[in-house]
Amino acid sequence: MPQRTVSPRARRRVARIIEGVVFYVTLSSLLLFFLFTLGWMILSSFKSNVQVTAYPPLWVFRPTLQNYIDVFTKNSFFSYMLNSTIIAVSAVGVGLVCGLPAAYSMARHRQAALGFFVLTARILPGIAFLVPLFVIYRQLGLINTHVGIILTHIIVVLPMIVWIMAGFFEDIPRDLEDAALIDGCSRVATFARIVLPLSLPGIVAATILSFIASWNNFIFVLILGGKDTITLPMAVYSFVSFEDVNWGGLTAAATIITVPILALSLVVQRFLAGGLTMGAIKG
Amino acid sequence: MTSRDSAPAAGPWVGPARGYPSSRRARAVAFVDRHLHVLFPLPTLLLVLGLIVYPLVYTLLLSTRRYDLTLKHYANIGLAHYVGVFASSRFWDAFGRTVYFTVLSVTGSIVLGMVMALILNRDFRGVRWARTAFLLPMVATPVATSLVWMMMFNPTLGVLNYFLRFVGLPPSLWVADARLAIPTIVMVDVWHFAPFAMLILLAGLRSLPLEPFESAMIDGASRWQIFTRITLPLLRPVLVIVLMFRTIDALKVFDLIWVMTAGGPGFGSETLYIYAYSQAFKYLDLGYGSAVIVVFTLIVAVASVAWIKARERAWA
Repeated sequence: MPQRTVSPRARRRVARIIEGVVFYVTLSSLLLFFLFTLGWMILSSFKSNVQVTAYPPLWVFRPTLQNYIDVFTKNSFFSYMLNSTIIAVSAVGVGLVCGLPAAYSMARHRQAALGFFVLTARILPGIAFLVPLFVIYRQLGLINTHVGIILTHIIVVLPMIVWIMAGFFEDIPRDLEDAALIDGCSRVATFARIVLPLSLPGIVAATILSFIASWNNFIFVLILGGKDTITLPMAVYSFVSFEDVNWGGLTAAATIITVPILALSLVVQRFLAGGLTMGAIKG
Repeated sequence: MTSRDSAPAAGPWVGPARGYPSSRRARAVAFVDRHLHVLFPLPTLLLVLGLIVYPLVYTLLLSTRRYDLTLKHYANIGLAHYVGVFASSRFWDAFGRTVYFTVLSVTGSIVLGMVMALILNRDFRGVRWARTAFLLPMVATPVATSLVWMMMFNPTLGVLNYFLRFVGLPPSLWVADARLAIPTIVMVDVWHFAPFAMLILLAGLRSLPLEPFESAMIDGASRWQIFTRITLPLLRPVLVIVLMFRTIDALKVFDLIWVMTAGGPGFGSETLYIYAYSQAFKYLDLGYGSAVIVVFTLIVAVASVAWIKARERAWA
């Protein structure tokens, strides 16, 4: 057998280099896959109508703000933004007012049935509720109204808020509450003055996550909405319903919709795992 | 316990006397306190009853009636709609596509999510930036990003075919090809949801005990052996959770498909959700549509219950 000339240490070094190369190649291809679409969206939004359909695709070009100007001047994009904001804020507001006490009660009294019912809203498809709502809304004149859409968005936000917050409330030591109770605080006051302030980070996370869920929701507005309740996903969808797709305007609109919630989500990054699994796992 | 012990229980002032509320407000507070377990969940319970339970029951009723908004036909017809659903080849095709879509999407997002989680579980420069970057697709508005994907899928002008030609591959029709429509939409779905799988798996990886890994290293196990023999078995409960959420979400994908293909070309990407939607809201046949919705909802419910049971076993 011939003498090996490579020392074990050198072999280990080569193995480490190969491993490093594999690691960084994997990492960068994954980053490319996950970021390219968002990058291409933003890049295209600064292209003129000629540039956006150019082939081969343009990488370097003189950026223009025309798409953004058009989005706001040729459409009532401000009112769509207002619609989305009004609906999301109201739904989340109702969701918090109703959901926080329910979550607290669930955390303290182990109300499994309540948790199950709330969870069905997370599990079942939105269309399971849509036909009756459509029928009832037509009778009550709730189609194409903010109130109607807000009610349906409560279905979206309530389970998130209840499950995220139930997990948070469970983690608050009961000793603190007991101390307040013995000092003469009512249970309501204990909840309002001790429990809620202590779970503020959770409330912020639940608020932002459920806001995003409402902001992104499409199907309820698609069926129950109308020209007075066009939300942002609906508005961007309308860019393709014409004969000719206005890609420049579409990407500008898509950027305007996406960037605020990307920024918001960064605030609650830490809570995303726990939040989106509704407390099935502590993130 | 400690605070209870050290509380001034025997002090001169022990709070309002419980039995004799002094004012109307105090009486109200005392009432809420006594019935807290009912009053606190009450608003949520009413919302759930009104917005979830009632519509579900109503859908069930509608599915036994002829209720066509275009033809103006209304009548009780029992289970006839269900007979029609199960006799419809379009339903079974949609069912097959839903299963196909779900299997591809769940597998793809979990494999990719696991690779990402393993990468982020290591320490390297910029790991926090990478983590943030991976998370972005998960919160981005699906309708908006799906349309951007559509722009990139454009067969003649799209940037993806430019890349394919660039590396010497033939261009693809992407979603415009009936046979490629589902796999292509799955790719977009994986783009959206692999970060979600990554988040849960990463949290799971972080919570694993260190000892088994240390002893395996001492025994000279390879990385692959450690991954398959130690990491995966220890991660099983977390994997079940990811599988549960991913299955539920993949069965229910609507926005992506509706925005990109609306179930086409032909019926090439028509899943159960799209089929149910078209019957109820495109043809406005709410009775038959409701029957499809009930069957679809049951499928989602059965899949969820199966995973919840599996989860209970995995945690036990």
